[in-house]
Amino acid sequence: MGRYLIRRILYMLVVILVVSFITFSLMHAVPGGPFDKEKKLPAEIIANLEKRYHLDQPLWKQYLSYLNDVFVPQFASEGPKGLVVDDDFLINIKITNSFWIRWMNFGPTFTSRSRSVNDIFRQNLPISVQLGLMALMIAIVIGVPLGIISALKQNTVWDYLGMSVAIFGVSVPVIVLGPLMIWIFGVTLKWLPPTGWGSKPPYFLGVFPTNLSWDYWRTAIMPSVALGLGSSAILARLTRASLLQVIREDYIRTARAKGVKERMVITRHALKNSLIPVVTILGPMMAGLVTGTFVTELTFGIPGMGKYFVTSITNRDYPVIMGTILLYAVFLVIANLLVDIMYAYLDPRIRYD
Amino acid sequence: MKTENAEILLRVENLVKYFPIKRGIIIQKTVGAVHAVDGVSFNIHKGETLGLVGESGCGKSTTGRTILQLYRPTSGHVFYNDVDLTSIKGEDLRVMRRKMQMIFQDPYASLNPRMTVGEIIGEPLVIHKLADRKQTQERVEHLLELVGLNAKFYNRFPHEFSGGQRQRIGVARALALNPDLIVCDEPISALDVSIQAQVVNLLEDLQKEFNLTYLFIAHDLSMVRHISDRVAVMYLGVIMELTGRTELYNNPLHPYSQALLSAVPIPDPVVEEKRRRTILKGDVPSPVNPPSGCRFRTRCPIAVDICAQSKPEFREINPGHFVACHLV
Repeated sequence: MGRYLIRRILYMLVVILVVSFITFSLMHAVPGGPFDKEKKLPAEIIANLEKRYHLDQPLWKQYLSYLNDVFVPQFASEGPKGLVVDDDFLINIKITNSFWIRWMNFGPTFTSRSRSVNDIFRQNLPISVQLGLMALMIAIVIGVPLGIISALKQNTVWDYLGMSVAIFGVSVPVIVLGPLMIWIFGVTLKWLPPTGWGSKPPYFLGVFPTNLSWDYWRTAIMPSVALGLGSSAILARLTRASLLQVIREDYIRTARAKGVKERMVITRHALKNSLIPVVTILGPMMAGLVTGTFVTELTFGIPGMGKYFVTSITNRDYPVIMGTILLYAVFLVIANLLVDIMYAYLDPRIRYD
Repeated sequence: MKTENAEILLRVENLVKYFPIKRGIIIQKTVGAVHAVDGVSFNIHKGETLGLVGESGCGKSTTGRTILQLYRPTSGHVFYNDVDLTSIKGEDLRVMRRKMQMIFQDPYASLNPRMTVGEIIGEPLVIHKLADRKQTQERVEHLLELVGLNAKFYNRFPHEFSGGQRQRIGVARALALNPDLIVCDEPISALDVSIQAQVVNLLEDLQKEFNLTYLFIAHDLSMVRHISDRVAVMYLGVIMELTGRTELYNNPLHPYSQALLSAVPIPDPVVEEKRRRTILKGDVPSPVNPPSGCRFRTRCPIAVDICAQSKPEFREINPGHFVACHLV
């Protein structure tokens, strides 16, 4: 397992590098640039701006210096200098007063002179991660039991009810469900705040809120449910299909013949065997949810990461495009690694060595 | 025949199992039924092997599973030592399961892939609370050696074994609770021919050692002849003929048995030369809508009018030789 993990982490680095290269190439291949406005700027100003952001250099040089800024740890004689955007590293480790190891400078954003990509990671990403994790929890807590009930009560009212809920969840998008929930619970009944997100820095481990209060949970309920419901529907259908297949297997009959209690037949023999496809989808699902979801965050007025995925591309905000895509890639690769480790636990035939 | 006066272990009376066919999306109506087993009666004596043969889909496996209450019968009774299995459920039935076990057809599918061999074989002991952890391991290792496997296989997983070895694991699992009756549901048909004999010999040895009673379901006639004391021939959910094995193979009375046995090659070139096959015409009728009267009449070479009108009684023609045919 140890050797396998090391190999996987090396692969991960390769994947990230390839993703960074493709993103960089595509991004520059698309026509237009960050400073093309409806009202054309004077050529001198554009030249100055490009010089300021090193866009006047040849592309290969820009790419290499980006890699250097992000991936190569720098040794510096002083720590962060406060409001200087170009000097913003995500990780700053103080060795002595005059020796710092600093790592991951994702660069400035072109749309704001006072914010860096790292600021987005520090302020907006934690909110998206919180929302995404809660939505994932809701998806699992609703979806998996719903699928199990539907499979065990196949072709009964419970099955049809469960699968109707699932179809509803898949087919009603957040853009419909969100405003509907805001209207009912936020505006009409006034049970929950219609918009916003109740967490503020500092974050524990850079992600988890430290000011947990009832108000925080109140803001979280609606968006998490709205976001999680669609995924729960997918999980429910997958769990049902997979469990239905497994409970028809011969070894389930073997278990019954042994005299195993029905509840144990399901939990001990059937469930673990049927969870493989569910776990498979959980990896990409998690990566998608925690890196921010544009529509949900827009609907509920949540200052998360989602909007940067979309606006950075229309703005040709090169560092933000690179940063968001790389972040997504990292999450995806890590999530898939977790999935593969789970496989080995769920199915002893899968061994990595 | 050693079974003549032995005590009866299992008595099956008029066992019926229909599988309903349902239509409708929300409100379901039963529009028909698969007549898988339709009035089967027989006895199994203690220590004997009763062979149950028939074509694919004739209800052999369903009979075996219904006897063990893996399917609940539509009607009829199964008496095990005078306990009516069809009337008990829950905990009582679980306790009875210690006495009767099953060996399944497919050794690849019938072992849970994520449990070790030790867990698979030992689970019955654990769930019936018959042994603690240490005793379970000892018993499992003993069982593994009994079926000719290495006791060190305890912590291995099923996928690490060949088909024959896996079926041995299945046999060990069935033996774990010291049952009296084992229903062998085509235990060798998924195995290579070279392995079949090994498993059959193992079953015979175990029978002698533990005085086991077998219901041996198969479609391989020569294998059934080898292992069985008595043989029942089944067609479309009904037993057509039931008698001692020598009697059946030498003197089959029912036209279906005759056709079936004429298909067995004889390992003697001179006799084989003269073997005349009775080839049945047509397909087995659908069990959803079985023929009236005698089930076999649509393909029977000697059928007459009465065969369509009334169902032939399952009569004892000679002592111990039962046949369901109007013309015998």
